[in-house]
Amino acid sequence: MSLEILAVDDSRTMRDMIRLALLPAGFNVHTADDGVHGIEVLEGIEPDAIITDINMPRMDGFGFIDAVRGQDKHRATPILVLTTEAAPELKARARDAGATGWIVKPFDPTKLIKALQMVAG
Amino acid sequence: MSNTNDPMAEIRASFFIECEELLEALQDGLQALDDGDDDPETINIVFRAVHSIKGGAGAFGLEALVRFAHRFETVLDEVRAGRMSPDTEARKVFFQCADHLSDLVRISRDDGELPTEETAALLDSLNGLLGEAGIEEEADDAEEEEIDFQPAVLSLDLDLGGDDEEGSIPDLPPLDALPTAAPSGFTIRFKPDNDLFETGNEPFHMLRALDELGTCTVTCHLDDLPDLDALAAETSYLSWTIDIETDVEEAEIAAAFEFVDGLCTLDIKKKTADDVSSAPSQESPADEEPPVQEDEPVVKADAPAEPSPVPPTETPVADAPQESKAEPAPAAPMKAAPAPAKQAAPAAAKSVVRVDLDRIERLVNLVGELVINQAMLSQSLERSGLSPHSDAMNGLEEFQRLTRDIQDSVMMIRAQPVKSLFQRMSRIVREASAAVGKDVRLHTDGESTEVDKTVIERLADPLTHMIRNAVDHGLEDSEARIAAGKPEQGRVNLTAAHRSGRVVIEVSDDGGGINRPKVLQIAIDKGLVSPDATLSDTEIDNLLFLPGFSTASVVSDLSGRGVGMDVVRTSIQALGGRISITSTPGEGTTFSISLPLTLAVLDGMVVQVAEETLVLPLNVVIETLTLTNQDVEMVRPGAHVVRVRSGFVPLFDLGKELGYRDPVEDYDGSVVLLIAHEDGSRAALIIDSIQDQRQVVIKGLDDSFYRAPGIAAATILGDGQIALILDTSDIITNAIGSSGACAPQVTTGLTA
Repeated sequence: MSLEILAVDDSRTMRDMIRLALLPAGFNVHTADDGVHGIEVLEGIEPDAIITDINMPRMDGFGFIDAVRGQDKHRATPILVLTTEAAPELKARARDAGATGWIVKPFDPTKLIKALQMVAG
Repeated sequence: MSNTNDPMAEIRASFFIECEELLEALQDGLQALDDGDDDPETINIVFRAVHSIKGGAGAFGLEALVRFAHRFETVLDEVRAGRMSPDTEARKVFFQCADHLSDLVRISRDDGELPTEETAALLDSLNGLLGEAGIEEEADDAEEEEIDFQPAVLSLDLDLGGDDEEGSIPDLPPLDALPTAAPSGFTIRFKPDNDLFETGNEPFHMLRALDELGTCTVTCHLDDLPDLDALAAETSYLSWTIDIETDVEEAEIAAAFEFVDGLCTLDIKKKTADDVSSAPSQESPADEEPPVQEDEPVVKADAPAEPSPVPPTETPVADAPQESKAEPAPAAPMKAAPAPAKQAAPAAAKSVVRVDLDRIERLVNLVGELVINQAMLSQSLERSGLSPHSDAMNGLEEFQRLTRDIQDSVMMIRAQPVKSLFQRMSRIVREASAAVGKDVRLHTDGESTEVDKTVIERLADPLTHMIRNAVDHGLEDSEARIAAGKPEQGRVNLTAAHRSGRVVIEVSDDGGGINRPKVLQIAIDKGLVSPDATLSDTEIDNLLFLPGFSTASVVSDLSGRGVGMDVVRTSIQALGGRISITSTPGEGTTFSISLPLTLAVLDGMVVQVAEETLVLPLNVVIETLTLTNQDVEMVRPGAHVVRVRSGFVPLFDLGKELGYRDPVEDYDGSVVLLIAHEDGSRAALIIDSIQDQRQVVIKGLDDSFYRAPGIAAATILGDGQIALILDTSDIITNAIGSSGACAPQVTTGLTA
């Protein structure tokens, strides 16, 4: 089954890395440049999981998760947070915002895939 | 990473391009901070730039970069959080760090040798800013790995009220005995809290992930399910016991529950030999079990996740297998009233395509050929005697217009704002002023002015030199400035603007101006000018462009590296540009560079001289005249001037200057082009006839030809003929030199 993923990150490098990690595993990857863009992209797709960065212009990851969770149809959409910090308070904040899980950057592609499978099947 | 090497290399390359953009944003942000901008978004931008560089660098294992960026980011985060104010000292360090970061990026990109000492010094400065907190942070960093795997107690106070009605039945029914004695395994008790679902987690997927780790026997306990009428749709009633036969470490099992740590009641027990054959009926209720993991896997450095501790809450799992008709709790999270999505401005980001420069070059060349081809076609159609109103001729006109549009569009692809160049210069100013101990501030203007990419690249060196000169020689030291009643801080301006089809870049300082007597004296001492020469101010200023000229009586370690203004001038000329100086004693000096917008195409005037077809850049031609003998006056033999309205302009015969013929004796009816240069000098050139005005594609005369004086490049005309493109300024300079006019051959400044 090919999972549809939305990856939101303001860094092109990261978006490329995510795409590179997921495409060979058969994922269908959409990308967005920041939270606002992410919400826009989300209107046209129904991803099985969302990956988002935290530090982004216009709308950061917390705001984005909040906005996604605010949409009825995405109340249960798995959201993984990409974070460079492993700090517990960041994880807690992400979870409070409604994130499903987190991936610490730099990520290992197999772990990313595993995490996605853990939350989205 | 991925098994293919190529895409990684590509992403790596694109990462470094992105870094350049981030570094630019970083510089901008710091500059804004320095200018007193206290918008929180500014520091956010600065922080994000460093943060993104760190993130990408981590992905490529660029450790030095990560380490430095991390520390820099930590300090910026302090500022962002308002715990630290970006005072002058801090901003200075930030600028240095930004510069160093950009060094590290480049070094990492080129696999160069890392400037370890410099990094260490700056890390110290950063730590100095952090003060006590910094030391602590550092300690934290060292432990970061461990922190990652500490059992997180943070979310244990989660709302568990919904589970209150659950019974506390400690006994567990015996599970099905395992079919065979497994070598090792775990018994996992897992009861999700309501919050687990709110974060979008789904037990089903987790169980499936577990299944991949070994052979699972999963029992779902439905005994908590209330009757249908008592069932709350978004309350979690189910729990599971998973019996897994596997060889994997406990940490890996725990990893499957990493995301729900604290959102569930979880108990992972390694099976003992006894357990293997018998059901784990001795499973203790949670209150007997200490909320601590067996800690052997906890310290495993590269374990993917932290083991989940058992929440210290009183929620023992109850599982009397009483059948219930009730439906299992839905996986949907319970968020009572979904807040409307934040509506942000839907400003669509500008979409950008990255193209290999080679492809653009190819396109530019092809368009160049197209222009030539179109010109040839026009000429042959004109010769064929078609009526100007014929369809073919009309079509040709349209074709011509389209060709020009295509050409303009292609040129636009290559155009880039000079901003990146200017940012590099602000660094040069910082470094140069620090080196000579002067307080200097760079003001830039017109950063968005677009210039051909190649021009920008090739401007960096000359501009660097000019900026260094301005700081080193142009500006006085603080005492002299104060004595002269000027602000102590010196000022260097760098501006760019489009002016009549060219780009003008100016470097000016508010220093003491050119010390002309000194310049002249040096030139005389070095034998560059004869001692009795009388030079105008402009001519003296232009002496600076003489090869090997250096005004600093003491050669500082900053300038005076054997690269003089003559090299600057040569580089600018190679770009088809001109450089001129204006200086006012006591007020400062301005160097003005005028450049063509593009290096590929030139608006030219095609003229005929002594049977030769030549092209002059159209922008230098300001007027054409037809002479009578009365217009021409002889200053002395071999030096003539022509009367143009109220003034006199030096007159040269282009045919003679290029060595095509002897000088014209009779000026009656001669066609003359009046040429003006950026420095204000003017001259009149005698030609035979004007043929056309048209765009020509510049074909460089590369190294295979010696650089011929007065010749800038060549082009191919519509009829396939090759024509030389003239460098009028050079021609006039040479003409003045050879005609023995007052100034030495360096003089480009002929005052009109």
